[in-house]
Amino acid sequence: MSQTYSDFLRQYLTVAIFGGLGLAMAGLMLGVGRILRPVRPQEQKYITYESGVDPVGAGWNQSQIRYYVFALLFVLFDVEAVFIFPWATRLEAYDLFGLIEMGVFIVILALGLVYAWRKKVLRWV
Amino acid sequence: MRTLGMLLAQSEGLLGAMTAGGSSAPAAGPVPTPSVEWWALLPALTLGVGALVLITLTSLLKGRLFRGFHALYTIVIAAAAMLAALPVWARVQGWPRLLWIDLDHSDGVGAFSALGGMIGVDGFGLFITVVIAATVAVTALFADHYLRREDLEGPEFYVLMLLSAFGGVVMAMANDLIVLFLGLETLSIAVYVLTAMHLRRAQSQEAGFKYFMLGAFSSAFFLYGIALLYGATGSTNFIEIKNFLAANVVVRDGLLLLGMAMLLVGLAFKVAAVPFHAWSPDAYDGAPTAAVVYMAAAVKAAAFGGIARVFVLTLSTQINDWRPLIYGLAVLSMLGGSLLAIVQSNVKRMLAYSSINHAGFMLVAVSAGTPLGVRAVLFYLAAYAFMVAGSFGVATLVGRRGDDRHWLADYRGLSHTNPLLALIFSILLLAQAGVPFTSGFFAKFSAITAAIDAGETWLAVVAMVTAVIAAFLYLRVVVAMYMAGGERGEERPSSTPVHVPRTAAVGLAICFGVTMAAGIAPSPLYDAAGRASLQLVEEPTPGLSAPVDLDASVGTVEPAPGP
Repeated sequence: MSQTYSDFLRQYLTVAIFGGLGLAMAGLMLGVGRILRPVRPQEQKYITYESGVDPVGAGWNQSQIRYYVFALLFVLFDVEAVFIFPWATRLEAYDLFGLIEMGVFIVILALGLVYAWRKKVLRWV
Repeated sequence: MRTLGMLLAQSEGLLGAMTAGGSSAPAAGPVPTPSVEWWALLPALTLGVGALVLITLTSLLKGRLFRGFHALYTIVIAAAAMLAALPVWARVQGWPRLLWIDLDHSDGVGAFSALGGMIGVDGFGLFITVVIAATVAVTALFADHYLRREDLEGPEFYVLMLLSAFGGVVMAMANDLIVLFLGLETLSIAVYVLTAMHLRRAQSQEAGFKYFMLGAFSSAFFLYGIALLYGATGSTNFIEIKNFLAANVVVRDGLLLLGMAMLLVGLAFKVAAVPFHAWSPDAYDGAPTAAVVYMAAAVKAAAFGGIARVFVLTLSTQINDWRPLIYGLAVLSMLGGSLLAIVQSNVKRMLAYSSINHAGFMLVAVSAGTPLGVRAVLFYLAAYAFMVAGSFGVATLVGRRGDDRHWLADYRGLSHTNPLLALIFSILLLAQAGVPFTSGFFAKFSAITAAIDAGETWLAVVAMVTAVIAAFLYLRVVVAMYMAGGERGEERPSSTPVHVPRTAAVGLAICFGVTMAAGIAPSPLYDAAGRASLQLVEEPTPGLSAPVDLDASVGTVEPAPGP
């Protein structure tokens, strides 16, 4: 019993070593870079990077709330796809039961879409 | 040896069994899928599907539904859920006949496991199902006029309440820690939104946010507890955990103890037991009062269902480990709830603290760990649900438009403007204090009896002392209502009577009626609570078979006569 227990705890040692190595590697790369690179501060270097284009406005700009609703709906159906693909590859193994379960899942999400549509959040104003 | 791989494989298997009934095994051929006993799941499904149908129906037929449709629909669904529980109850109790229909029990009677051992169908779960459904119906009665008064009219309140009730029923019937967690989250997330529902009150948003943050934190504790308990016993299924603990003595029990403690933190948060109570006065005060009617009664019922299932039933062999924790929670909740309630001047906060005090009493009954204790918890929950729903129901009315007149001063002189309302509120408050001839008296009595029966006389004494302290706070509200003028130069309250709509009057009448009926003749309810035994039944294969009582000290099958 105690053998099992210490084995169990020893597995966490692997996690600790892995984490430590990760930190050491990142620290090493950043640290070596800091030592080797020349330092010439310029105003432009501190601007927010926006794919090479000059940034518009400050970093704390407010954005349209409507993006939020779309993002939310996108995540919803993205997650749906995550569940549907693995199920579809083994469709015959899950048989009728799986088909019904997936049907229930899709219908529930579709009802959410109906609600969103009738609440007029799908219209871009 | 418990490797990470094993853990993953098992958890995938569990998830598979729950959703599509598959395991992650790469073997070819069809995956074994659990049989679904639809009729046994019908009470829960009625609530869940009812919510989905309501939101679809109202979004498709926008503006073409009559006023009060949502509330009426919710009441019908809640009644349907209660009716659907009746045949299952008849099956569990082995009734030979339901009304005029002869029942065929060729496949056995008694409690059973459904859905591949994920759901345990027993009297206990069904009893809590009925309590939750009744709470939903009563809340709908209060919410109908309230939402119109506050310009919050819409199906969302009712949909969220039904979904939350669905989660609560799943919790009460869970036979697996993962299912319990799913139920807990379904219950909670809907309630977070209900709390933040009053769009024009900043306190409502604040309360919703606080409740959500703290609730998410407690869910994390609960999940961690599941992981540790899985590490200690090798399963998340109640039956397997119980079998493992019955067959093995865990020597290095650090994981087990920590897991149990964390599960208790998660559940104690939901019942608002001190020291995990800090959210409850703020949430009750800020939330729309109609939502509080539901929160105070149903969330507590579901969470106590979870506590009884996990601790009294599954971890019954470890009673000496978890009992001191429950003692601590019970004593702190009873003392903290009653003492802090006295210093409040806001009636909603006062009632919130008083419900913490009630949670303490129910924990006293839980700590007994006996069938008598479970019976007391169930009776207390049923009695409490109606007392507290009625009390907060009065608060929805007295709050008036804007829902912010909840100070003690706002109740002054209520006996002059609304004598009947004041009388009913007084009786509901006295019932909460435990005055004889009300359901509150017998609820407290049965909890204390269970504690004494289990040899916890000191706890019973503490409970009785706090009952006396708590009586003071209820009397304070009663005195305020029956005093004509302001006290110590407080301004006189407005003399306009509180408007009592017909629906709310029906709701109050139901709460009042049940409180009085269960106080004068408690035996029907107490008998039902006694028959609602807590049981774990091995998943039979194939089909259903007679129950195997794993622990005679917890679940006893009493042969029950037909109605």
